[in-house]
Amino acid sequence: MIRTALCSKNQHSKKRKNGQGTEIFLNVFFMVLCILCVLPVLLVFSISFSSEESIAEIGYALIPKSWSLVAYRYILMSYEKVVNAYLVTIFTTVVGTIISVSVIALYSYAISRNSFKYKKFFTFYIFFTMMFSGGLVAWYMICTSVLHINNTIWGLILPSVMSPWYVIVLRSFFVSSVPNAIIESGKLDGAGEFRIFVQLVLPISLPGLATIALFTTLGFWNDWWLPMILNTNPKLYNLQFLLQSMMKNIELMNQSEAYRANAGKELANIPTDSMRMALCVIALGPILIVYPFFQKYFIQGLTIGAIKG
Amino acid sequence: MKKNSFKKNLKENMPLLCMLMPGVIFTFIFSYMPLFGIVIAFKKINMRTGILKSPWVGFKNFEFLFNSSDTYIITRNTICYNLVFIFLGLIISVGLAILLNEIKNKILSKTYQTILIMPYFLSFVVVSYLVYAFLNTENGFINKQIISALGMDAKVWYVDPKPWPIILTIVNFWKNMGYSSIVYLAAIAGIDAQLYEAAQIDGATRWQQIKYVTLPSLKTIMTIMTILNIGKIFNADFGLFYQVTMNSGALYPTTYVINTYVYNMMIAAGTASTGMAAAAALYQSLVGFILIIVTNWWVKKYDPDSALF
Repeated sequence: MIRTALCSKNQHSKKRKNGQGTEIFLNVFFMVLCILCVLPVLLVFSISFSSEESIAEIGYALIPKSWSLVAYRYILMSYEKVVNAYLVTIFTTVVGTIISVSVIALYSYAISRNSFKYKKFFTFYIFFTMMFSGGLVAWYMICTSVLHINNTIWGLILPSVMSPWYVIVLRSFFVSSVPNAIIESGKLDGAGEFRIFVQLVLPISLPGLATIALFTTLGFWNDWWLPMILNTNPKLYNLQFLLQSMMKNIELMNQSEAYRANAGKELANIPTDSMRMALCVIALGPILIVYPFFQKYFIQGLTIGAIKG
Repeated sequence: MKKNSFKKNLKENMPLLCMLMPGVIFTFIFSYMPLFGIVIAFKKINMRTGILKSPWVGFKNFEFLFNSSDTYIITRNTICYNLVFIFLGLIISVGLAILLNEIKNKILSKTYQTILIMPYFLSFVVVSYLVYAFLNTENGFINKQIISALGMDAKVWYVDPKPWPIILTIVNFWKNMGYSSIVYLAAIAGIDAQLYEAAQIDGATRWQQIKYVTLPSLKTIMTIMTILNIGKIFNADFGLFYQVTMNSGALYPTTYVINTYVYNMMIAAGTASTGMAAAAALYQSLVGFILIIVTNWWVKKYDPDSALF
C-alpha cells in the first residue's frame, strides 16, 4: 500500500525532462531487447509447425518454406504418454501447492508474531538451512533409504514443500501488512490463535499468499529435478521430465500401439525435429497462456521480497 | 521456579507452536537429517549395508577428490561463472531498471517488463530446447541461417568447449535479467521524490540525478543482493550447466561445475564415486558457509545497515 502510494506520488511530482531523442532511443532499445527475449520461443513454435521438407531444405527457420501439422498429428497418435505426463504434472502441482502454501503460511505467520516467545529460535532454524546443507548425496540417501519415497508420486512433491526463501518473504509480508491492532482486537473478543489466523489474518493477506502460491505452482509445474533424481518409473514421468527424456530419445513416443500401426509404413519419415519442438510447445503452452494474467502478482512478490525485515 | 515459567511459556505459546510444527517437521526431514549424512564423506559407503555399517576411511575421499584434476576445473568454473554473473548481472539489472524507469509511457514500460521477465518462467528443460533450436548441427538456426550466409563451415557446437562460456553467459542473462531488474525497479520507485525535486532546483541534469540520487539510494539493496549472491558463489545453477549443455562430456573443460560433478559422481556406479560425490558436496557446503559468514562480517564492518544478520 505504502509502496504504491509512494510510486504514484513520484510519478506526479517528477516532471521528466527527457528530450524526444532520448525517449525514442530508449523505446527502440527496449523493443530490440524484447524481440531478442521472444525470438527463441517463436523459433521453436515455427519449427514445430514446419514441414519435414522445409527443415531438410533450409533448416530451422522463423518462416519455413511450408507449414505442416504433421508433428502434432504424430504426437496425437501416441497421446497416452503426453496425457499421462500432464496428469502427473497437474496432480503434483495442485497437491504440492496446497500443502506447500499451508505449511509455509502457518510457519511464517508464527515467526512474524512479536509476542511469540520462540520467534528468534525458529527464525534461525529456517534461516540456517539457507546457509548450510548436508549436500546432495546425504539428501538422496535420506529420501531413498530412510523415507523410501523414490518412485512414488510423493517423491515428486514432499521434498520441495518447504522453502526457506518463501518463508522469509511471507514473514516480511505479514510483518508489514498485518497490523498488530487486528490481532489484539481478536484476542479481546476471545478468539483463539487459530481463529485469529483463519478469520482475521488470512483474508487481509491474500495478495501475499497469492504470490507465494503462484511461485510454488510454477515451481512444481517446471520441476524436472525431482523426477530426474528420485524417479525411474515411466508411469510417473511428468511433463518436464518427459520432455527431457525426449531430447535424448524420441523413440520413447513409439511405444503406443496406434502409433506403431500407423507409423509402421512410413517409419522412415517420422518428423523427429518438428515433433520434439511440438512437444516443447505443448509443455510450455500453458505457462505462456496464463503468464500475462499473473505476472502482476509475480512482480508484487518480488517487491515484497525486497523489503528487509 | 525457572521450570515453572518454562512450562507457562510453553503453554501460552502452544497454539503458535502447533502452527509451526508441519514446517518444522518438513525442514527437519529434508534439511536437518541430511546434515547427519555428512559422515558419508568420511566413509567408504556401501549402499547395501547402509550408512551406519559402512567402514570409516577418514579423509581418504577428500584425498581422492583433491588429487583428481576435475576438482580444479569444477572449482574454477563455478567461481568464474558466478563472478561474471554477479558483477555483470549487477550492472545489467541496475542499468535496465534505471532505463525502464526513464521511460515516460507507463503502458509501454509495463509491456517491456512483462516481456523481459517471461524467460524466467520457463524451465531449463524448455530453455535447453530453445538453445538446441539455435545450436543443432544439421538444422540449427545459427549453422543454417547465419554461418552459411557468412560462407563459413557449419560448427558442431555441442562438442567444442571454447564458445560455451559466452553461450552460457548469454543464456543466463537472457533468462534472468528481467527478473533481477524488477527488484531494483521497485527500489527506485521507493526513492523519495523530494530528492529529485531538490536536485532539479539545483539544476541537475537527468544524468546527474541518476548519478547523485538514484545510485546512492540503491546502495543498500545492491549490497544485500551482492552478499546474497557471493554467499552462493560456490553454488552453480544446476539447470543451466546440466540441461543447456545436454551434459555433453566434450564440453566439461568449460562447463563442468561442482553441482553437476556431484550429481554425475553420485549416479555413477561404484562406491568410490559416491564417496567422492559426498566429499565434493561437503566441500561445497563448507566453503559456501564460510563465504556467507565472511562477506556478512565484512559488510557489517563498513556498513552495519546493509548486513544480513
